[in-house]
Amino acid sequence: EKMTVRDALNQALEEELIADERVFLLGEEVGQYNGAYKVSKGLLDKFGPKRIIDTPITEAGFAGLAVGAALAGLRPICEFMTFNFAMQAIDHIINSAAKLHYMAGGTVQCPIVFRGPNGYAASVGAQHSQDYASWYGSIPGLKAAIRDPNPVVFLENELQYGVSFPISAEVLSKDFQLPIGKAKIIREGKDVTLVAHSRPLNFCLEAAEKLQAEDGISAEIINLRSIRPLDVDTIVASVKKTNHLVSVESGFPFFGLGSELSALIMESEAFDYLDAPVERVTGADVPTPYAFNLEALAFPTVDTIQWGTEAQLGNSLRCLDTTTWKKIIFLLAVALMQSVDKKGYPSLVHALMEVAYFNW
Amino acid sequence: TLPEGSFQTYECDPPSHDIKVNKEETINMYKQMVLMRRLETTADGLYKSKHIRGFCHLCTGQEAVAVGMEAAITPDDHVITAYRCHGFTLVRGQTPHAILAELMGELAFSLTSLCKGGSMHMFSKNFYGGNGIVGAQVPVGAGIAFAQQYLNTKQATYILYGDGAANQGQVFEAYNISKLWNLPAIYVCENNHYGMGTSASRSSADTNYFARGQYIPGLRVNGMDILAVRQACSWAKDWVLSDKGPLVLEMVTYRYGGHSMSDPGTSYRTREEIQHMRSTNDPITGLKQRLLDLDFLTESETKQIDKDARATIDEAVKLAHNDPFPDETELYTYIFVEGSEPPFVRGREKEEVGHVVHKQ
Repeated sequence: EKMTVRDALNQALEEELIADERVFLLGEEVGQYNGAYKVSKGLLDKFGPKRIIDTPITEAGFAGLAVGAALAGLRPICEFMTFNFAMQAIDHIINSAAKLHYMAGGTVQCPIVFRGPNGYAASVGAQHSQDYASWYGSIPGLKAAIRDPNPVVFLENELQYGVSFPISAEVLSKDFQLPIGKAKIIREGKDVTLVAHSRPLNFCLEAAEKLQAEDGISAEIINLRSIRPLDVDTIVASVKKTNHLVSVESGFPFFGLGSELSALIMESEAFDYLDAPVERVTGADVPTPYAFNLEALAFPTVDTIQWGTEAQLGNSLRCLDTTTWKKIIFLLAVALMQSVDKKGYPSLVHALMEVAYFNW
Repeated sequence: TLPEGSFQTYECDPPSHDIKVNKEETINMYKQMVLMRRLETTADGLYKSKHIRGFCHLCTGQEAVAVGMEAAITPDDHVITAYRCHGFTLVRGQTPHAILAELMGELAFSLTSLCKGGSMHMFSKNFYGGNGIVGAQVPVGAGIAFAQQYLNTKQATYILYGDGAANQGQVFEAYNISKLWNLPAIYVCENNHYGMGTSASRSSADTNYFARGQYIPGLRVNGMDILAVRQACSWAKDWVLSDKGPLVLEMVTYRYGGHSMSDPGTSYRTREEIQHMRSTNDPITGLKQRLLDLDFLTESETKQIDKDARATIDEAVKLAHNDPFPDETELYTYIFVEGSEPPFVRGREKEEVGHVVHKQ
């Protein structure tokens, strides 16, 4: 059986609305209009205006209101027509929702879901087209599920709503829940690890097929699913196996998810297993342009992922392997010490000559 | 009978000027105001002796608003305010010891914020804090009122903000939604005439804050007269609970001190103005005179009340001084709700890892 992302979201919302009377959905056009992107289609008819609530176009107002309702015992689902508009209300997501539990020493809870379409879209220009994953990913106290007792930001990809995926009976059951913070290996491989989330995963899958066919490279692909908590263990285990990491995201490169992944890998045991520096494939560092041809150059594609991966493996082929490097450095050091002992002056040239004569 | 001019109305009939006063209750209100002033005066001293740090906004002069409001409502009603919150925290059930310990960063475990909130972020039952972002608590408060309506609890929500915050866009977003949805929200503008150092007339095109709800009826109240405040808050509660929708109350009050401890409060107003308010309009002196006139208290009894307040606060200071600083493990607790937190939280470098251990 197949199901679109849109229908899956719709069904998930319906299940949560049935499961808990305290759950309600509010946002712009979620009711009578059936949702700007039709995610909430039919919910007003099923649950009525008490629980499916159309708001005025005032993000700060209704996001703040949703936070207050959560503090006072309800479980709101606050839909932003897109996460671009959530910037009007980002103070409430970060300052009102994410920090309150901590500031109140655990006495106040804020079980709320902020959700809506995110990521770059087609030909809508700079203000309506960008990925906020790293923005929300950097805030302690925020998470990515309706039944979670913490504030959750749920980023849906605008371009994926109409895409269908196969779906199992298990997933369709009303109590099926994905664990938050657990990544999924969606393609096994042995030469390189590609890490991505959301829409770029499609491109990774395609790139992996091309890499296999054209270069004989076997790529493993990890779907992060949640940005925070981030499943570092799964990535580390994969890198230890493949010795190569390519991070793919549609956000801006500076201070993005790839930057974080690179840093995390450097701090982990996987660093010693890397045969080349971590490669980042990201959106270009530009506001999203409107022009079709320019827009196409602003985000990761199958090609850029393929190039990035080839570059990464090329880098490692140009290098000697780690063990050989260690041997060379060790011998250089020994030679350098000996040259000081015998001749009284340390000279790198001399040392290299010594190395050349050394029997190895 | 309340004096003529206690109220000024907008699109509604005023509350009755005839009020009943109960001896014991009124004396209690008086005691609370005296205690509150002593608490703030002491906080002032502790700040100057560097026992309290950071931001610290005192409500000296504005006591009648918090005490009068609490006298009109029940503990089941809801209150949310901005950062000038010590007074509200006190009337909402926290002890002077707990408040001072929070201010001094010395953990009594008595105030539930575990010293993570500080001066601006104190909480109690049905009191959603001290909030630090100017105006942000207003839509959050509307959300608390929304939850009361949703849960059909027959309770009112009092949402406090200052004359400075009254110009925030999100205040009007909250007005609009709460009128549309007929929420039991009582917006209370504490007009102390200065948003930080900017006088109301320099910040607001219309300083009739009680009339700025446009489609929401309003009432201007002499906020220096605690009996008028109590009468207005009680009238407002009846109003929202009889399903007449939101209200805007303007409490005209005055702060004797600066905006915060770093502001001497004299660069934008004259010492004469402050002195004049103190000598002619003080809420404590005002109620004291009434109590003396009614023979509810004698001069010597009021002296005893002052003495008792001083003793209570001195004792609280002593207790707070003896409290330990919070345990260092508290750094990592209550970022997420207990039971839903990640296995560890990163500290400042990769070896420094916070494992969350909740105290039972």
